[in-house]
Amino acid sequence: MKDLADRALNAAQLQGASYADARIIRRKTQSIVVKNGHVEALAQDDDQGFGVRVVVNGAWGFASSSVLTLGEATQVATRAADIARASSLVKTHDVSLGSPEVHVARYETPFEVDPFSVPLEDKIALLLAADAEMRRVKGIAITESNMEFVQVEEVFASTEGSLIEQKLVESGSGIEATAVSEGEVQTRAFPNSFGRQQGKAGYEFVRDSKLEENGQRIADEAVSLLTAPQCPSGITTLILDSTQLALQVHESCGHPIELDRVMGEEASFAGTSFLTQDKLGSFRYGSPIVNIYADATIPGALGTFGYDDEGVPAQRTAIIKNGVFSGYLTSRETASQLGARSNGTMRADGWNRIPLIRMTNINLEPGTWEFDDLIADTDDGIYMAVNKSWSIDDKRLNFQFGTQLAYEIKKGKLGAMLRNATYTGITPEFWASCDAICSDRHWRIWGLPNCGKGEPAQAAHVAHGAAPARFRNVRVGIA
Amino acid sequence: MLGSQRMRQITERLLAYSAAQQTEVVLLSEDAYLTRFANSRIHQNVAEQNTQIRVRAVTGKKVGVASTNDLSDAALQGVAENALQIASLQPDNPDFQSLPAPQPVPKVDAFVQATASFTPQQRAQAVATVCKLATERGLIASGAFTSATTEYAVANSHGIFAYAPQTLSELTAVVMSSDSSGYASSSSLDVREINAEQIGREAVDKAVRSRNPKAIEPGKYAVILEEYAVATLMTYLSYLGLGALSVQEGRSFMANRFGQRITGENISIWDDGLDTTGLPVPFDFEGVPKQRVELITEGVAKAVVYDSYTANKEGKQSTGHALPAPNTYGPMPSNLFLGAGASTKEEMLASMDRGLWVTRFHYVNPVHPLKTILTGMTRDGTFWIEKGEIQMPTKNLRFTQNVLEALSSARMITEQTRLSRGFFGGIRVPALCIGHFAFTGATEF
Repeated sequence: MKDLADRALNAAQLQGASYADARIIRRKTQSIVVKNGHVEALAQDDDQGFGVRVVVNGAWGFASSSVLTLGEATQVATRAADIARASSLVKTHDVSLGSPEVHVARYETPFEVDPFSVPLEDKIALLLAADAEMRRVKGIAITESNMEFVQVEEVFASTEGSLIEQKLVESGSGIEATAVSEGEVQTRAFPNSFGRQQGKAGYEFVRDSKLEENGQRIADEAVSLLTAPQCPSGITTLILDSTQLALQVHESCGHPIELDRVMGEEASFAGTSFLTQDKLGSFRYGSPIVNIYADATIPGALGTFGYDDEGVPAQRTAIIKNGVFSGYLTSRETASQLGARSNGTMRADGWNRIPLIRMTNINLEPGTWEFDDLIADTDDGIYMAVNKSWSIDDKRLNFQFGTQLAYEIKKGKLGAMLRNATYTGITPEFWASCDAICSDRHWRIWGLPNCGKGEPAQAAHVAHGAAPARFRNVRVGIA
Repeated sequence: MLGSQRMRQITERLLAYSAAQQTEVVLLSEDAYLTRFANSRIHQNVAEQNTQIRVRAVTGKKVGVASTNDLSDAALQGVAENALQIASLQPDNPDFQSLPAPQPVPKVDAFVQATASFTPQQRAQAVATVCKLATERGLIASGAFTSATTEYAVANSHGIFAYAPQTLSELTAVVMSSDSSGYASSSSLDVREINAEQIGREAVDKAVRSRNPKAIEPGKYAVILEEYAVATLMTYLSYLGLGALSVQEGRSFMANRFGQRITGENISIWDDGLDTTGLPVPFDFEGVPKQRVELITEGVAKAVVYDSYTANKEGKQSTGHALPAPNTYGPMPSNLFLGAGASTKEEMLASMDRGLWVTRFHYVNPVHPLKTILTGMTRDGTFWIEKGEIQMPTKNLRFTQNVLEALSSARMITEQTRLSRGFFGGIRVPALCIGHFAFTGATEF
């Protein structure tokens, strides 16, 4: 693989590239879905290829191919250079990447059990057992449980002299029960929605996930939701569980801090950001108890790696300190425009995509509250858990979320279950209303394997740590 | 391009390698280019050559799938063995009947050489046209120009072999000022139909006209939804309930409502995989020819689309709408049409006493799938209408709306339609004038 990278970089330089990098990737994915008591899908996908990114005439070009031969490396690098020359026909300034990044290194995801070494029969048995628990509940119409395992072997090489090898391993699993009645469908998932909880980890991550133990509970909840009262409309106190809060962090903090969005580079598709550069270091993002940081080095978290896809080491970066906005996610090119160095967040969804600024593990620091104390301290409100729907405007201000599960809170106690719960708000107003966050005992990192961005579309694997938290004066029950 | 002959050779080799009782091979080969621009310059410009091979092996009632994008003999042999091994390790799936038998597949001419050979320099020239139009008005341009060729081939051990190439070109533009934006987009099989000047002018015009937007109170308003906005609603409607599995599982809005009126009489929706005014592919990922399916006719729920799995469950024939295996979501429409009317947007505007003009929606998601309630934001050109005229641009609003109810109050439909890309394939729709549309929130811009 190194020979191929060398050939591509040499060809790019011969074509006039002032900078080039090559990424050669082999990805193996195993996915299993059990549905309604049967194995509905079982697949192993092997994918390989390489991409060459070049700067020629001060402009970017990128080409990629699934054919891993030296001849193809020359052709693809030449094509990338030709594309870059076309880019330079419509440029306003030359690309600047700032100071060189030179690293020769190897990184591997630490894990206990290689997920690809575990017999398929064992995996299927675990899913069938969880599925059976859900199907024991009368009124359940659809049950689905799944596992996914990913192994990525990647070589990154650049004309600046970097040569980085990485082997990243992911494991994930989840279950879901759906109840159907006349005019109503209710779904409950465990441990999270979006299919599963996933981490940069081995099979131990799945083995310890307690799918079977929670099957009947979530199925019961799905059936109960069919006849639960509708979530009322109004302004109230809202307590979010850590899974929903993780998505709230993702949409209303994680995306707006991407500096490429801020600089307009995603304007035509995902949008821009309200978090303009004049706000850095002074903008009141939330209440003083809100502290958020990006950290790509947390063991086991889905957004963890050794080096990003520009060859920059994984790092921890403060995003919000005591409620004040203090840092963006950056690339080499965007950071250099701020006079800074990249904080290592450029990642690509495979060999055939260019790296973009992506979230890593964006986490809300825990507070001091015990969950029971937080409920007891709340006279009137709603507790919402596990995401069901999500939407936010193209500057990341107006959001609306729905959750699978909700309970009313009356006089310090959780009360009746509520269905079809939704809440809405404006990002800085919402975070300013945060007056309590639970302690590290309740804090957990949630892997999100479906973060979309870019054209052609890319899905990033990111994560968010959060503990349940309370927000005042929130509009709920949007009909 | 690999071409029909080379793809047939690959599928024949794979079928020969497979020791399964039944085997299916799906090849998807892409030669795709995309030039992306922002801040009135090209900032991303990419190319991809890839061929994915997906093998479905069946032994008894056990099904396994394996895929690779390595075309070497060793890899082809390996993927055939993997698929069979995966199948053999699992319990029976009693719902699985068989891979489909061969049927004649009609020819569709969806390949345009001009699109396939479009160069990076030609894409850059089109982008330069849009950027120049924006810069002349002190505005900033962003967007993307796609030109791509995709080849599909499906073969199975019952004798199916189907091959079809398809080209796609698409130019989108968002033009922005400090407080406004405008959008335009055009999609076609034939890149010569993409008019960069027209796209640029449309987006610039919207950005200019939407400057200095005013806030308006959320509420229920009449709306004119441009084709871009209608296409998004139709895409979600299709995703939520126009496939057979969603009906069989009771999660579709069509379930138990066949023969009933579910929208206004002026609404007809169908899928036609052979219609070249969309993005046609004449067969599905099982190699079954696509049937035209009348989904909603004059407001009445008529039918949904099937793959062989869902069709077998009901003793019906597949309509040719299978997605690639393994697929637990079921079949989906892939070349969707909403029937045109007889109006123009100008006539819609003139007819409206009070209401909103919506260019497009952003970040739409289902709130209640069975009730077809969606939420999302307006974007890139929203205007307040009074007494038949646009009075002012407005800040963007959030809608939370039952789509079938909206389609029940469609007052006027344009004669002109526009092609967009949906989740799976194409979608061609007119603009709609709708009597009641619920806006439930507002944002700051």
